[in-house]
Amino acid sequence: MYSKILALRFPEEIVDEPITVNLVRNFDLSFSILKATIYPRKEGFMVLELSGEKSAFQKGVRYLKDLGVKVESIGQDIRRDDEKCFQCGACTAVCPTGALHIKRPEMEVLFDKDRCVACELCVSACMARAMSVTFDKTLLS
Amino acid sequence: MAQKKTFKTIQEINQKIRQGKVVVVTADEMADIVRKKGPEKAAREIDVVTTGTFAPMCSSGAFINFGHSKPPIKALRVWLNGVQAYAGLAAVDVYLGATEAVKDDPLNKIYPGQFKYGGGHVIHDLVAGKKITLKATAYGTDCYPNQLVEKRVTLADLPSAMLLNPRNAYQNYNCAVNLGKKTIYTYMGVLKPNAGNANYATSGQLSPLLNDPFYLTMGLGTRIFLGGAQGYIIGPGTQHNPKAKRGKNGLPLTPAGTLMVMGDLKGMKPEWIAGASLLGYGCSLAVGIGVPIPIINEQMARFTGVSDEDIVTQIIDYGNDYPRGETKSLGQVNYAELKSGTIRFRGEDVPAVPMSSYVKALKIARILKGWIEKGDFFLTEPQVMLPTVPF
Ligand code: SF4
Ligand code: SF4
Repeated sequence: MYSKILALRFPEEIVDEPITVNLVRNFDLSFSILKATIYPRKEGFMVLELSGEKSAFQKGVRYLKDLGVKVESIGQDIRRDDEKCFQCGACTAVCPTGALHIKRPEMEVLFDKDRCVACELCVSACMARAMSVTFDKTLLS
Repeated sequence: MAQKKTFKTIQEINQKIRQGKVVVVTADEMADIVRKKGPEKAAREIDVVTTGTFAPMCSSGAFINFGHSKPPIKALRVWLNGVQAYAGLAAVDVYLGATEAVKDDPLNKIYPGQFKYGGGHVIHDLVAGKKITLKATAYGTDCYPNQLVEKRVTLADLPSAMLLNPRNAYQNYNCAVNLGKKTIYTYMGVLKPNAGNANYATSGQLSPLLNDPFYLTMGLGTRIFLGGAQGYIIGPGTQHNPKAKRGKNGLPLTPAGTLMVMGDLKGMKPEWIAGASLLGYGCSLAVGIGVPIPIINEQMARFTGVSDEDIVTQIIDYGNDYPRGETKSLGQVNYAELKSGTIRFRGEDVPAVPMSSYVKALKIARILKGWIEKGDFFLTEPQVMLPTVPF
Protein backbone atom coordinates (compact mmCIF):
# COMPACT_ATOMS: atom_id res chain seq x y z
CA MET A 1 0.00 0.00 0.00
CA TYR A 2 1.34 3.37 -1.05
CA SER A 3 0.01 6.60 0.28
CA LYS A 4 0.97 10.22 -0.16
CA ILE A 5 -0.50 13.58 0.56
CA LEU A 6 -0.72 15.67 -2.58
CA ALA A 7 -1.55 19.27 -3.31
CA LEU A 8 -3.44 19.67 -6.57
CA ARG A 9 -3.94 22.95 -8.43
CA PHE A 10 -6.51 22.99 -11.19
CA PRO A 11 -6.78 25.52 -13.95
CA GLU A 12 -10.26 27.03 -14.34
CA GLU A 13 -11.18 24.87 -17.37
CA ILE A 14 -11.14 21.61 -15.51
CA VAL A 15 -12.49 22.60 -12.13
CA ASP A 16 -15.66 20.73 -12.95
CA GLU A 17 -14.02 17.46 -14.07
CA PRO A 18 -14.97 14.53 -11.83
CA ILE A 19 -11.33 13.75 -11.23
CA THR A 20 -11.62 12.05 -7.87
CA VAL A 21 -14.31 9.75 -9.20
CA ASN A 22 -12.02 8.83 -12.09
CA LEU A 23 -9.12 8.15 -9.76
CA VAL A 24 -11.23 5.67 -7.87
CA ARG A 25 -12.90 4.08 -10.86
CA ASN A 26 -10.01 3.87 -13.32
CA PHE A 27 -7.04 3.43 -11.05
CA ASP A 28 -8.49 1.69 -8.03
CA LEU A 29 -7.13 4.35 -5.71
CA SER A 30 -8.74 5.58 -2.56
CA PHE A 31 -8.54 9.12 -1.32
CA SER A 32 -9.56 11.42 1.43
CA ILE A 33 -9.88 15.12 0.83
CA LEU A 34 -8.18 17.17 3.49
CA LYS A 35 -8.95 20.51 1.95
CA ALA A 36 -10.66 21.83 -1.15
CA THR A 37 -11.14 25.42 -2.21
CA ILE A 38 -11.94 27.33 -5.32
CA TYR A 39 -10.11 30.60 -5.40
CA PRO A 40 -11.74 33.82 -6.72
CA ARG A 41 -10.02 33.48 -10.07
CA LYS A 42 -11.73 30.09 -10.35
CA GLU A 43 -8.54 28.16 -9.87
CA GLY A 44 -9.07 25.07 -7.75
CA PHE A 45 -6.85 23.89 -4.93
CA MET A 46 -7.18 20.58 -3.21
CA VAL A 47 -5.14 18.64 -0.70
CA LEU A 48 -5.83 14.95 -0.70
CA GLU A 49 -4.35 11.80 0.59
CA LEU A 50 -4.17 9.29 -2.21
CA SER A 51 -3.56 5.61 -1.51
CA GLY A 52 -3.32 2.43 -3.49
CA GLU A 53 -0.88 0.20 -5.32
CA LYS A 54 2.31 2.06 -6.14
CA SER A 55 2.02 1.51 -9.91
CA ALA A 56 -1.65 2.55 -9.91
CA PHE A 57 -0.69 5.59 -7.86
CA GLN A 58 1.86 6.61 -10.44
CA LYS A 59 -0.61 6.13 -13.30
CA GLY A 60 -3.19 8.17 -11.41
CA VAL A 61 -0.75 11.01 -10.97
CA ARG A 62 0.11 10.88 -14.66
CA TYR A 63 -3.60 11.09 -15.50
CA LEU A 64 -3.87 14.22 -13.36
CA LYS A 65 -0.86 15.83 -14.96
CA ASP A 66 -2.13 15.04 -18.45
CA LEU A 67 -5.33 16.84 -17.56
CA GLY A 68 -3.32 19.92 -16.71
CA VAL A 69 -3.46 19.59 -12.95
CA LYS A 70 -0.34 20.72 -11.11
CA VAL A 71 0.59 17.96 -8.68
CA GLU A 72 2.94 18.54 -5.81
CA SER A 73 3.74 16.26 -2.99
CA ILE A 74 3.11 18.28 0.11
CA GLY A 75 5.86 19.60 2.34
CA GLN A 76 6.47 16.28 4.02
CA ASP A 77 8.14 16.40 7.28
CA ILE A 78 10.07 13.54 8.82
CA ARG A 79 10.20 13.47 12.58
CA ARG A 80 11.99 11.39 15.09
CA ASP A 81 10.37 10.57 18.39
CA ASP A 82 13.44 10.77 20.59
CA GLU A 83 11.73 8.92 23.40
CA LYS A 84 11.06 5.94 21.17
CA CYS A 85 14.47 5.97 19.49
CA PHE A 86 16.77 3.17 20.71
CA GLN A 87 19.89 5.05 19.61
CA CYS A 88 20.95 1.91 17.77
CA GLY A 89 22.03 3.30 14.43
CA ALA A 90 20.34 0.73 12.18
CA CYS A 91 18.72 3.55 10.18
CA THR A 92 22.09 4.83 9.04
CA ALA A 93 22.21 1.86 6.66
CA VAL A 94 19.36 3.26 4.59
CA CYS A 95 19.52 7.03 5.01
CA PRO A 96 20.91 8.28 1.68
CA THR A 97 21.87 11.77 2.81
CA GLY A 98 23.48 11.25 6.18
CA ALA A 99 20.60 13.09 7.89
CA LEU A 100 20.64 10.15 10.29
CA HIS A 101 24.25 9.70 11.30
CA ILE A 102 26.41 8.60 14.19
CA LYS A 103 28.52 10.93 16.26
CA ARG A 104 31.73 9.19 17.25
CA PRO A 105 33.19 8.15 19.60
CA GLU A 106 30.00 8.60 21.67
CA MET A 107 28.04 6.50 19.15
CA GLU A 108 25.10 8.87 19.52
CA VAL A 109 22.64 8.67 16.63
CA LEU A 110 21.78 12.18 15.49
CA PHE A 111 19.01 13.36 13.19
CA ASP A 112 19.89 16.43 11.18
CA LYS A 113 16.62 17.64 9.73
CA ASP A 114 18.27 20.00 7.30
CA ARG A 115 19.87 17.11 5.46
CA CYS A 116 16.64 15.09 5.30
CA VAL A 117 15.06 14.80 1.86
CA ALA A 118 11.93 13.05 3.14
CA CYS A 119 12.62 9.89 1.16
CA GLU A 120 10.92 7.94 3.97
CA LEU A 121 13.34 5.03 3.79
CA CYS A 122 14.02 5.22 7.50
CA VAL A 123 10.34 5.08 8.43
CA SER A 124 9.98 1.35 7.95
CA ALA A 125 13.65 0.52 8.50
CA CYS A 126 13.63 1.94 12.03
CA MET A 127 13.10 -0.97 14.38
CA ALA A 128 11.66 1.25 17.09
CA ARG A 129 9.28 2.91 14.63
CA ALA A 130 10.57 6.21 15.90
CA MET A 131 10.60 7.91 12.48
CA SER A 132 7.30 9.20 11.15
CA VAL A 133 5.96 11.31 8.31
CA THR A 134 3.87 14.32 9.00
CA PHE A 135 3.01 17.06 6.60
CA ASP A 136 2.93 20.77 6.63
CA LYS A 137 -0.40 21.54 8.26
CA THR A 138 -0.22 25.24 7.45
CA LEU A 139 -1.36 24.36 3.93
CA LEU A 140 -4.67 23.22 5.34
CA SER A 141 -5.51 26.27 7.35
CA MET B 1 47.04 -20.15 32.52
CA ALA B 2 46.26 -21.58 35.93
CA GLN B 3 43.31 -20.14 37.79
CA LYS B 4 44.60 -17.43 40.13
CA LYS B 5 43.95 -17.76 43.83
CA THR B 6 40.83 -15.88 44.81
CA PHE B 7 41.68 -12.87 46.85
CA LYS B 8 38.27 -11.26 47.12
CA THR B 9 34.99 -13.03 47.73
CA ILE B 10 31.49 -11.96 46.76
CA GLN B 11 30.68 -11.65 50.49
CA GLU B 12 33.57 -9.25 50.95
CA ILE B 13 32.39 -7.18 48.02
CA ASN B 14 28.86 -7.11 49.43
CA GLN B 15 30.28 -6.03 52.77
CA LYS B 16 31.95 -3.12 51.00
CA ILE B 17 28.65 -2.24 49.30
CA ARG B 18 26.99 -2.17 52.72
CA GLN B 19 29.75 0.09 54.07
CA GLY B 20 29.56 2.36 51.05
CA LYS B 21 33.18 1.61 50.20
CA VAL B 22 32.74 -0.42 47.06
CA VAL B 23 34.64 0.68 43.96
CA VAL B 24 32.64 0.16 40.78
CA VAL B 25 33.61 1.10 37.24
CA THR B 26 31.96 0.53 33.87
CA ALA B 27 33.55 -1.91 31.43
CA ASP B 28 34.80 0.86 29.13
CA GLU B 29 36.50 2.59 32.07
CA MET B 30 38.03 -0.71 33.13
CA ALA B 31 39.70 -1.07 29.73
CA ASP B 32 41.61 2.19 30.41
CA ILE B 33 42.39 1.31 34.01
CA VAL B 34 43.87 -2.08 33.14
CA ARG B 35 45.84 -0.55 30.28
CA LYS B 36 47.34 2.06 32.60
CA LYS B 37 47.78 0.16 35.86
CA GLY B 38 47.98 -3.45 34.81
CA PRO B 39 45.58 -6.21 35.91
CA GLU B 40 47.22 -6.84 39.30
CA LYS B 41 46.81 -3.31 40.58
CA ALA B 42 43.39 -2.97 38.92
CA ALA B 43 42.19 -6.12 40.72
CA ARG B 44 43.21 -4.63 44.06
CA GLU B 45 41.54 -1.30 43.44
CA ILE B 46 38.36 -2.27 41.60
CA ASP B 47 35.63 -4.44 43.12
CA VAL B 48 32.99 -4.60 40.40
CA VAL B 49 32.88 -3.92 36.66
CA THR B 50 29.46 -3.25 35.18
CA THR B 51 28.53 -4.21 31.62
CA GLY B 52 25.55 -3.49 29.40
CA THR B 53 23.80 -4.37 26.18
CA PHE B 54 20.61 -3.19 24.49
CA ALA B 55 19.45 -4.80 21.27
CA PRO B 56 16.62 -6.80 19.75
CA MET B 57 16.75 -10.28 21.26
CA CYS B 58 14.21 -12.47 19.53
CA SER B 59 14.37 -15.37 21.95
CA SER B 60 12.39 -13.52 24.59
CA GLY B 61 8.93 -13.65 26.06
CA ALA B 62 6.83 -13.63 29.18
CA PHE B 63 4.94 -16.11 31.30
CA ILE B 64 1.66 -14.45 32.17
CA ASN B 65 -1.04 -15.57 34.53
CA PHE B 66 -4.19 -13.57 33.87
CA GLY B 67 -6.21 -14.67 36.87
CA HIS B 68 -9.54 -16.45 37.10
CA SER B 69 -12.78 -14.92 36.02
CA LYS B 70 -16.23 -15.89 37.22
CA PRO B 71 -17.16 -18.44 35.97
CA PRO B 72 -13.61 -19.71 35.47
CA ILE B 73 -12.07 -20.70 32.15
CA LYS B 74 -9.48 -23.25 31.07
CA ALA B 75 -8.12 -21.23 28.18
CA LEU B 76 -7.46 -23.03 24.92
CA ARG B 77 -6.44 -20.03 22.82
CA VAL B 78 -5.41 -16.65 24.15
CA TRP B 79 -4.70 -13.33 22.44
CA LEU B 80 -3.25 -10.21 23.99
CA ASN B 81 -4.05 -7.17 21.85
CA GLY B 82 -4.62 -9.65 19.03
CA VAL B 83 -1.25 -11.38 19.46
CA GLN B 84 -1.61 -15.07 20.17
CA ALA B 85 0.09 -16.45 23.26
CA TYR B 86 0.86 -20.10 23.84
CA ALA B 87 -1.90 -21.46 26.09
CA GLY B 88 -0.87 -25.10 26.37
CA LEU B 89 -0.27 -24.62 30.09
CA ALA B 90 -2.54 -24.56 33.14
CA ALA B 91 -5.94 -22.85 32.89
CA VAL B 92 -4.94 -19.18 32.90
CA ASP B 93 -1.19 -19.38 32.28
CA VAL B 94 0.24 -18.42 28.90
CA TYR B 95 3.61 -17.75 27.34
CA LEU B 96 3.71 -14.71 25.13
CA GLY B 97 6.60 -14.89 22.66
CA ALA B 98 8.32 -11.73 21.43
CA THR B 99 8.26 -12.60 17.72
CA GLU B 100 4.59 -13.60 17.41
CA ALA B 101 2.96 -11.10 15.05
CA VAL B 102 -0.53 -9.72 15.55
CA LYS B 103 -3.19 -11.86 13.86
CA ASP B 104 -3.97 -10.73 10.33
CA ASP B 105 -0.53 -9.16 9.96
CA PRO B 106 0.28 -9.43 6.24
CA LEU B 107 3.72 -10.76 7.28
CA ASN B 108 5.98 -10.84 4.22
CA LYS B 109 3.08 -11.03 1.75
CA ILE B 110 3.66 -7.35 1.16
CA TYR B 111 7.42 -7.50 0.95
CA PRO B 112 9.28 -6.35 2.93
CA GLY B 113 6.78 -6.77 5.75
CA GLN B 114 6.66 -4.05 8.38
CA PHE B 115 5.73 -6.18 11.41
CA LYS B 116 4.34 -3.20 13.23
CA TYR B 117 2.94 -5.06 16.21
CA GLY B 118 3.74 -8.32 17.93
CA GLY B 119 4.50 -10.02 21.22
CA GLY B 120 7.40 -7.71 22.00
CA HIS B 121 5.12 -4.70 21.56
CA VAL B 122 2.51 -6.21 23.91
CA ILE B 123 5.21 -6.67 26.55
CA HIS B 124 6.30 -3.08 25.96
CA ASP B 125 2.70 -1.80 26.30
CA LEU B 126 2.21 -3.75 29.51
CA VAL B 127 5.43 -2.39 31.02
CA ALA B 128 4.39 1.12 29.94
CA GLY B 129 1.22 0.67 32.01
CA LYS B 130 -1.12 0.63 29.00
CA LYS B 131 -4.43 -1.22 29.01
CA ILE B 132 -4.47 -4.20 26.70
CA THR B 133 -7.29 -6.45 25.48
CA LEU B 134 -7.13 -10.04 26.59
CA LYS B 135 -9.26 -12.61 24.82
CA ALA B 136 -9.43 -16.27 25.81
CA THR B 137 -11.52 -19.02 24.24
CA ALA B 138 -12.11 -22.52 25.57
CA TYR B 139 -14.10 -25.71 25.02
CA GLY B 140 -15.49 -25.68 28.58
CA THR B 141 -15.10 -28.34 31.26
CA ASP B 142 -17.14 -29.37 34.29
CA CYS B 143 -14.89 -27.39 36.60
CA TYR B 144 -14.10 -24.55 34.14
CA PRO B 145 -17.32 -24.02 32.18
CA ASN B 146 -16.55 -20.60 30.71
CA GLN B 147 -15.84 -20.59 26.99
CA LEU B 148 -15.03 -16.97 26.37
CA VAL B 149 -13.33 -14.27 28.38
CA GLU B 150 -12.66 -10.84 27.01
CA LYS B 151 -11.34 -8.09 29.23
CA ARG B 152 -9.15 -5.01 29.33
CA VAL B 153 -6.22 -5.39 31.69
CA THR B 154 -3.08 -3.59 32.75
CA LEU B 155 0.11 -5.11 34.08
CA ALA B 156 -1.06 -4.28 37.59
CA ASP B 157 -4.21 -6.40 37.09
CA LEU B 158 -2.22 -9.51 36.18
CA PRO B 159 -1.49 -11.79 39.15
CA SER B 160 1.90 -12.55 37.67
CA ALA B 161 3.93 -11.56 34.64
CA MET B 162 7.46 -12.90 34.44
CA LEU B 163 9.86 -12.14 31.63
CA LEU B 164 11.71 -15.35 30.79
CA ASN B 165 14.06 -15.16 27.85
CA PRO B 166 15.53 -18.45 26.65
CA ARG B 167 18.44 -16.83 24.82
CA ASN B 168 19.82 -13.34 25.36
CA ALA B 169 23.11 -11.49 25.44
CA TYR B 170 24.92 -13.45 22.74
CA GLN B 171 28.64 -13.46 23.36
CA ASN B 172 29.92 -12.03 20.09
CA TYR B 173 27.93 -12.11 16.87
CA ASN B 174 28.48 -12.11 13.12
CA CYS B 175 29.16 -9.05 11.05
CA ALA B 176 26.66 -9.29 8.18
CA VAL B 177 27.15 -8.24 4.56
CA ASN B 178 25.13 -9.01 1.43
CA LEU B 179 27.05 -10.18 -1.60
CA GLY B 180 23.83 -10.65 -3.58
CA LYS B 181 22.51 -8.32 -6.25
CA LYS B 182 19.47 -6.91 -4.44
CA THR B 183 18.75 -5.37 -1.06
CA ILE B 184 17.79 -7.92 1.58
CA TYR B 185 15.91 -7.55 4.85
CA THR B 186 17.27 -9.67 7.68
CA TYR B 187 17.38 -9.92 11.46
CA MET B 188 20.72 -8.14 11.02
CA GLY B 189 18.90 -5.20 9.45
CA VAL B 190 18.72 -3.91 5.89
CA LEU B 191 21.70 -5.11 3.85
CA LYS B 192 22.40 -3.39 0.58
CA PRO B 193 23.69 -5.41 -2.39
CA ASN B 194 27.36 -5.86 -3.26
CA ALA B 195 28.37 -5.40 0.37
CA GLY B 196 26.86 -1.91 0.52
CA ASN B 197 26.95 -1.98 4.30
CA ALA B 198 28.23 -4.24 7.08
CA ASN B 199 25.93 -4.65 10.10
CA TYR B 200 27.02 -5.80 13.54
CA ALA B 201 25.16 -6.47 16.75
CA THR B 202 27.04 -6.46 20.02
CA SER B 203 28.10 -3.70 22.36
CA GLY B 204 31.74 -4.81 22.08
CA GLN B 205 33.80 -3.92 25.14
CA LEU B 206 30.60 -3.28 27.15
CA SER B 207 29.04 -6.64 26.33
CA PRO B 208 28.48 -8.84 29.41
CA LEU B 209 29.84 -12.14 28.11
CA LEU B 210 32.82 -10.55 26.38
CA ASN B 211 33.98 -9.32 29.80
CA ASP B 212 33.85 -12.78 31.33
CA PRO B 213 34.66 -14.94 28.33
CA PHE B 214 34.81 -18.22 30.29
CA TYR B 215 31.77 -17.46 32.46
CA LEU B 216 33.83 -17.72 35.64
CA THR B 217 31.62 -15.38 37.69
CA MET B 218 28.14 -15.99 36.36
CA GLY B 219 25.59 -18.73 36.46
CA LEU B 220 22.20 -19.64 37.86
CA GLY B 221 21.28 -17.05 40.41
CA THR B 222 23.49 -14.17 39.27
CA ARG B 223 21.56 -10.97 39.88
CA ILE B 224 21.54 -8.61 36.89
CA PHE B 225 19.97 -5.47 35.43
CA LEU B 226 17.10 -6.69 33.27
CA GLY B 227 14.73 -4.32 31.52
CA GLY B 228 15.29 -1.60 34.09
CA ALA B 229 14.69 -3.85 37.10
CA GLN B 230 16.68 -6.47 38.94
CA GLY B 231 16.50 -9.89 37.33
CA TYR B 232 18.51 -13.09 37.27
CA ILE B 233 20.54 -15.33 35.06
CA ILE B 234 18.88 -18.73 35.35
CA GLY B 235 21.24 -20.78 33.23
CA PRO B 236 22.93 -21.06 29.87
CA GLY B 237 20.76 -19.78 27.06
CA THR B 238 19.72 -22.01 24.17
CA GLN B 239 22.56 -22.52 21.67
CA HIS B 240 25.11 -21.68 24.43
CA ASN B 241 28.33 -22.90 22.86
CA PRO B 242 31.44 -22.49 24.99
CA LYS B 243 33.39 -24.61 22.49
CA ALA B 244 33.41 -21.94 19.79
CA LYS B 245 36.87 -21.18 18.44
CA ARG B 246 38.71 -18.62 20.56
CA GLY B 247 41.61 -16.28 20.05
CA LYS B 248 44.79 -16.20 22.17
CA ASN B 249 43.09 -13.81 24.60
CA GLY B 250 40.35 -16.38 25.22
CA LEU B 251 37.65 -14.40 23.43
CA PRO B 252 35.43 -16.37 21.05
CA LEU B 253 35.83 -15.50 17.38
CA THR B 254 32.24 -16.46 16.51
CA PRO B 255 28.90 -16.48 18.37
CA ALA B 256 29.48 -18.52 21.55
CA GLY B 257 27.92 -18.24 25.01
CA THR B 258 24.35 -17.10 25.72
CA LEU B 259 22.24 -16.44 28.81
CA MET B 260 18.79 -17.48 29.90
CA VAL B 261 17.38 -14.70 32.04
CA MET B 262 14.31 -14.05 34.12
CA GLY B 263 12.77 -11.08 35.87
CA ASP B 264 9.49 -9.66 37.08
CA LEU B 265 7.91 -7.47 34.39
CA LYS B 266 6.24 -5.43 37.09
CA GLY B 267 9.44 -3.64 38.05
CA MET B 268 10.62 -2.98 34.49
CA LYS B 269 10.65 0.31 32.56
CA PRO B 270 9.52 0.85 28.96
CA GLU B 271 12.82 2.55 28.19
CA TRP B 272 14.69 -0.71 28.77
CA ILE B 273 12.35 -3.29 27.32
CA ALA B 274 10.74 -2.28 24.04
CA GLY B 275 8.95 -3.79 21.07
CA ALA B 276 10.94 -3.90 17.85
CA SER B 277 9.90 -4.25 14.19
CA LEU B 278 12.56 -5.69 11.93
CA LEU B 279 11.65 -4.79 8.36
CA GLY B 280 11.07 -7.87 6.24
CA TYR B 281 11.97 -10.15 9.12
CA GLY B 282 9.57 -9.97 12.03
CA CYS B 283 8.65 -8.62 15.42
CA SER B 284 11.08 -8.72 18.30
CA LEU B 285 11.83 -7.33 21.72
CA ALA B 286 14.73 -5.01 22.47
CA VAL B 287 16.09 -6.03 25.85
CA GLY B 288 18.41 -4.12 28.13
CA ILE B 289 20.74 -6.32 30.17
CA GLY B 290 23.61 -5.42 32.47
CA VAL B 291 25.70 -7.96 34.33
CA PRO B 292 27.95 -6.96 37.23
CA ILE B 293 31.29 -8.73 37.18
CA PRO B 294 33.00 -9.13 40.54
CA ILE B 295 36.75 -8.61 40.28
CA ILE B 296 37.63 -11.53 42.50
CA ASN B 297 41.15 -11.89 41.16
CA GLU B 298 43.72 -10.64 38.69
CA GLN B 299 42.39 -12.87 35.97
CA MET B 300 38.97 -11.21 36.10
CA ALA B 301 40.65 -7.80 35.97
CA ARG B 302 42.49 -8.89 32.85
CA PHE B 303 39.31 -10.20 31.26
CA THR B 304 37.25 -7.11 32.06
CA GLY B 305 40.09 -4.97 30.74
CA VAL B 306 39.05 -6.04 27.25
CA SER B 307 38.69 -3.26 24.70
CA ASP B 308 37.04 -3.08 21.30
CA GLU B 309 40.22 -3.80 19.34
CA ASP B 310 40.67 -7.12 21.19
CA ILE B 311 37.27 -8.43 20.10
CA VAL B 312 37.19 -10.05 16.71
CA THR B 313 34.25 -11.32 14.70
CA GLN B 314 33.64 -12.91 11.31
CA ILE B 315 32.17 -11.28 8.22
CA ILE B 316 29.39 -13.48 6.89
CA ASP B 317 27.45 -13.18 3.62
CA TYR B 318 23.70 -13.06 4.30
CA GLY B 319 22.89 -12.69 0.61
CA ASN B 320 23.87 -16.12 -0.68
CA ASP B 321 25.63 -18.14 2.04
CA TYR B 322 23.49 -17.69 5.13
CA PRO B 323 20.13 -18.53 3.52
CA ARG B 324 21.74 -21.79 2.39
CA GLY B 325 22.73 -22.56 5.96
CA GLU B 326 26.39 -21.71 5.46
CA THR B 327 28.41 -19.40 7.66
CA LYS B 328 31.72 -19.31 5.86
CA SER B 329 33.92 -16.48 7.12
CA LEU B 330 34.81 -13.92 4.48
CA GLY B 331 37.27 -12.22 6.76
CA GLN B 332 37.72 -10.95 10.29
CA VAL B 333 37.12 -7.56 11.74
CA ASN B 334 37.42 -6.13 15.26
CA TYR B 335 34.95 -3.91 17.09
CA ALA B 336 37.20 -0.85 17.06
CA GLU B 337 37.10 -1.01 13.26
CA LEU B 338 33.35 -1.62 13.24
CA LYS B 339 32.70 1.26 15.62
CA SER B 340 34.85 3.61 13.53
CA GLY B 341 32.04 3.53 10.96
CA THR B 342 33.90 1.96 8.04
CA ILE B 343 35.62 -1.34 7.54
CA ARG B 344 37.91 -2.50 4.77
CA PHE B 345 36.34 -5.42 2.95
CA ARG B 346 37.75 -6.84 -0.27
CA GLY B 347 39.84 -3.74 -0.75
CA GLU B 348 36.94 -1.31 -0.36
CA ASP B 349 35.56 0.90 2.38
CA VAL B 350 32.20 -0.37 3.58
CA PRO B 351 30.00 1.57 6.04
CA ALA B 352 29.59 -0.34 9.32
CA VAL B 353 26.15 -0.12 10.90
CA PRO B 354 25.27 -1.08 14.48
CA MET B 355 22.05 -2.91 15.36
CA SER B 356 22.85 -2.76 19.06
CA SER B 357 22.69 0.53 20.93
CA TYR B 358 26.03 1.52 22.40
CA VAL B 359 24.49 4.62 23.98
CA LYS B 360 21.90 2.58 25.85
CA ALA B 361 24.40 -0.15 26.73
CA LEU B 362 26.61 2.46 28.37
CA LYS B 363 23.63 3.95 30.21
CA ILE B 364 22.78 0.51 31.56
CA ALA B 365 26.34 -0.05 32.79
CA ARG B 366 26.20 3.36 34.49
CA ILE B 367 22.79 2.76 36.08
CA LEU B 368 23.96 -0.58 37.44
CA LYS B 369 27.10 1.06 38.76
CA GLY B 370 24.91 3.66 40.50
CA TRP B 371 22.68 1.00 42.07
CA ILE B 372 25.68 -0.85 43.49
CA GLU B 373 27.34 2.30 44.80
CA LYS B 374 24.12 3.37 46.52
CA GLY B 375 23.65 -0.04 48.10
CA ASP B 376 20.49 -0.78 46.12
CA PHE B 377 21.99 -3.78 44.42
CA PHE B 378 24.00 -6.62 46.00
CA LEU B 379 25.91 -9.26 44.13
CA THR B 380 24.81 -12.87 44.36
CA GLU B 381 26.85 -16.05 44.34
CA PRO B 382 25.87 -18.17 41.32
CA GLN B 383 24.62 -21.59 42.40
CA VAL B 384 25.35 -23.51 39.21
CA MET B 385 27.96 -22.24 36.77
CA LEU B 386 27.45 -22.12 33.01
CA PRO B 387 29.08 -24.82 30.91
CA THR B 388 32.56 -23.67 29.91
CA VAL B 389 35.90 -24.82 28.55
CA PRO B 390 39.37 -24.55 30.11
CA PHE B 391 41.33 -21.41 29.24
S1 SF4 C 1 16.87 2.91 13.67
FE1 SF4 C 1 15.27 4.06 14.74
S2 SF4 C 1 15.67 3.55 16.88
FE2 SF4 C 1 17.56 3.06 15.80
S3 SF4 C 1 18.77 4.96 15.92
FE3 SF4 C 1 17.61 5.02 13.98
S4 SF4 C 1 15.80 6.22 14.52
FE4 SF4 C 1 16.67 5.52 16.45
S1 SF4 D 1 13.54 10.45 5.27
FE1 SF4 D 1 15.29 9.74 4.05
S2 SF4 D 1 16.74 11.45 4.17
FE2 SF4 D 1 15.25 11.80 5.78
S3 SF4 D 1 16.17 10.87 7.60
FE3 SF4 D 1 14.84 9.31 6.67
S4 SF4 D 1 16.18 8.13 5.35
FE4 SF4 D 1 17.29 10.05 5.83
